[in-house]
Amino acid sequence: MDMSQYLEIFIEETREHLQSLNQCLLKMEKNPEDNSMLNEVFRVAHTLKGMSGTMGFTRMSRLTHDMEDVLHALRSNEIKVSPKLIDILFKCLDALDSYTTMVVETGSEGTEEYLQIIQALASVIKGEPHDEIVTTVSAEPVKSGNDSAVETLSLNQYDLNVINKAADLGNNTYQITIKLNKGCVLKSARSFIIFKTLERHSEIIKSQPKVEDIEDEKFDFEFTVVVISKEGEEVFNKDLNSISEVDEIIIKLIEAKRQVVAQTVSDAASTGTVKTIVQEENTVSTEADVTQVKTDTGVKKAKTGKTVRVDIDRLDVLLNLVSELIIQKTRLEGLEGINKTQDYVETIEYLERITTNLHDAVMKVRMVPVETVFNRFPRMIRDISKDLGKEVLLTMSGEETELDRTVIDEIGDPLIHLLRNSVDHGIESTESRKSLGKDEAGNIALRAYQDGNNVVIEVEDDGEGINVDKVKKKAIEKGLVNKDMAANLTKKDIIDFLFRPSFSTMDKVTDLSGRGVGLDVVKTKIEALGGVVEVETELGKGSKFFIRLPLTLAIIQALLVMVGNEKYAIQLSSIQKIMNITPEEIKLVQKQEVVLYRNTVIPIVRLDKVLEVPKEDVQPKLLTLVIVKRGDRLTGFVVDKILGQQEIVQKSLGKFLSGIKLITSATILGDGNVALIIDVNSLAH
Amino acid sequence: MADSISETKKYLIFKLGNEEYGIDIHKITTIIEKDMNIARVPKTPLFLKGVINLRGEIIPIMSLRIRFGQSEDIFTEDSRIVIVKFDEISVGLIVDAVIEVLELDEEATESISNIAGDISLDYITGVGKANGRIITLLNLDKLVTLNEE
Repeated sequence: MDMSQYLEIFIEETREHLQSLNQCLLKMEKNPEDNSMLNEVFRVAHTLKGMSGTMGFTRMSRLTHDMEDVLHALRSNEIKVSPKLIDILFKCLDALDSYTTMVVETGSEGTEEYLQIIQALASVIKGEPHDEIVTTVSAEPVKSGNDSAVETLSLNQYDLNVINKAADLGNNTYQITIKLNKGCVLKSARSFIIFKTLERHSEIIKSQPKVEDIEDEKFDFEFTVVVISKEGEEVFNKDLNSISEVDEIIIKLIEAKRQVVAQTVSDAASTGTVKTIVQEENTVSTEADVTQVKTDTGVKKAKTGKTVRVDIDRLDVLLNLVSELIIQKTRLEGLEGINKTQDYVETIEYLERITTNLHDAVMKVRMVPVETVFNRFPRMIRDISKDLGKEVLLTMSGEETELDRTVIDEIGDPLIHLLRNSVDHGIESTESRKSLGKDEAGNIALRAYQDGNNVVIEVEDDGEGINVDKVKKKAIEKGLVNKDMAANLTKKDIIDFLFRPSFSTMDKVTDLSGRGVGLDVVKTKIEALGGVVEVETELGKGSKFFIRLPLTLAIIQALLVMVGNEKYAIQLSSIQKIMNITPEEIKLVQKQEVVLYRNTVIPIVRLDKVLEVPKEDVQPKLLTLVIVKRGDRLTGFVVDKILGQQEIVQKSLGKFLSGIKLITSATILGDGNVALIIDVNSLAH
Repeated sequence: MADSISETKKYLIFKLGNEEYGIDIHKITTIIEKDMNIARVPKTPLFLKGVINLRGEIIPIMSLRIRFGQSEDIFTEDSRIVIVKFDEISVGLIVDAVIEVLELDEEATESISNIAGDISLDYITGVGKANGRIITLLNLDKLVTLNEE
């Protein structure tokens, strides 16, 4: 059977299950006495086993099976939770995770057996003489039902009432099970004929599977219906037998029976005429049946969540279409030479409202809670702190804060860097914390919250903080700044050195950090996402990193400007001020053109020169200066004309042009032409 | 029948100046007839004319004439932009005229090394011959790259 269509679902669900296992194990580690987690862990492990078994991943299934054994032993109090045990279980998860990765990459689980882990699991159970557990575990779940070939359909109260009513009117109720020929090609069509035939003499009140499922061919070669009819059994037998491709027909008479009769306790109220041709075996409603129906629906409700999994590519397509719509709307608004009647204006306004709402709705669909990134951190912190022999408490808040999917996918790595930094550089060893009078366990807080059109993520630790003097010394050593200049640097300037490539104050290199490839990567990545990184630090008390990210990348507010005859867009959020200056105000400092703005000297960049725009060299009397802010530095861009502010849709320039500088992406203007979006970061350098 | 299919390949034949060129038909997405507004992209080689908006997608446009060291394109009634796609890269190529789709079997194509030992012409896969016409067959992977001036 071709499983490939299920592979993606399998991968995704496996990842989710592994994640929840991770979380549960962390909780178990914290409260070894608390057994409530155990059931959850057991359940998830069992699901995983089943899933991997179904997909034919025998190694995964074997490993989860052995895990299950241990969990079972735990649950029946044969063994106790110990740090060693938790470690082994975590190793299992890692192994399962790498199996999953193999599946993602190659479509098969690979050949790694993880025998060590399996042995470790076995040795955990050993010593306990309960060898039978192994067999009982697998046999335990999923038992009940499926005994008789033809089950009696479980009918709910409503159906029973109908049957009773029908009986009152002298009708018979039959349960008819029809088995189609295994070679039947158009099952749904065949069933349709059968339904039609049945409806000639009877009324169908229930069908198993549901009619819709039968129409969609979501059944094997068998289905059961309950019908009410005045006719006798033989009529159905004859009619149905005349339909081809029907293998077997089983007709059972269902006797109407009030609930009161004999054994049942409740329901003294329904005193109506009890018409009974009592037949013991085929009774429909016993207490047990009713309750079974109830539990069935209960389970179903839990399963059918109100969510749908959608491929991110489809959402991208949707967003693209919406963007197109917005562009065309803008174009429609700007159309010239048509008579703009009241009607026209109203229609355009209404269209505008719809497109805006549509856009918001689509953006919301793309929003994902940061939880999806955050939830792997507790495990990571645990592992790192164990490795380093430190004690660290991670508290997280604001996991429900939402960000665009594109941003979410990218912020994982920067956050890992920051968190590792905090554990490795920030938090002191347990002894020195003790001697400093701090809590033995270091605290790291990871917070996310929305702030206007931005989302802020904070990573705060109560460790030793950044030693500014040490950083300064290192910067001078590295020749990044000379001694005299260093004396004038602010604390912020100095901390900025940390974000330079290959800058590390660590004297020794550890596995985790200290190679100096950390913070500059963080900064580059965040800036590529249109965000900013800031640091607050106090020596001895700890440091706090802020990551400020835009809610979405796809649609931004921008200022459109003309340079020569070309249109460019500048992201509005980076613009500080627009002003006019005379050419005389421009001064030269070391061949760099600068102007004085609010008593600070800021460099200016002539966009026409940098962007090599072909144009005549005329010196206008006034120059338009767009002042942009990059981090805390200002730069002035000289442009020829300001066109105005506009909401623009960012479009990638594609793989072919991915390497170019000065331009981040492009946008399509109302007239269908393309304008390039200027990369403020690289131009203001 | 099956044999002949495996040996023939379809090519889109177009003109640059007086020369005829061919591109594997499978790599062609669409052909644009009208003159488009091309937005120039700074700091790119001369042969990269800029980008256009093709139904909401931004597509870079290359001048084959400049790439091959010929004179600047002049847009005429016959000028076309051939949009090709390979390795997830979409690029438009400006050509003087699109002529036809031609089936060439392997025997009618000759490897370039037989003609010139020049390795710098690696964007040419070979030369096709049909009824006395000589058609230069292009290798898009080598042709469409920014690294080479």
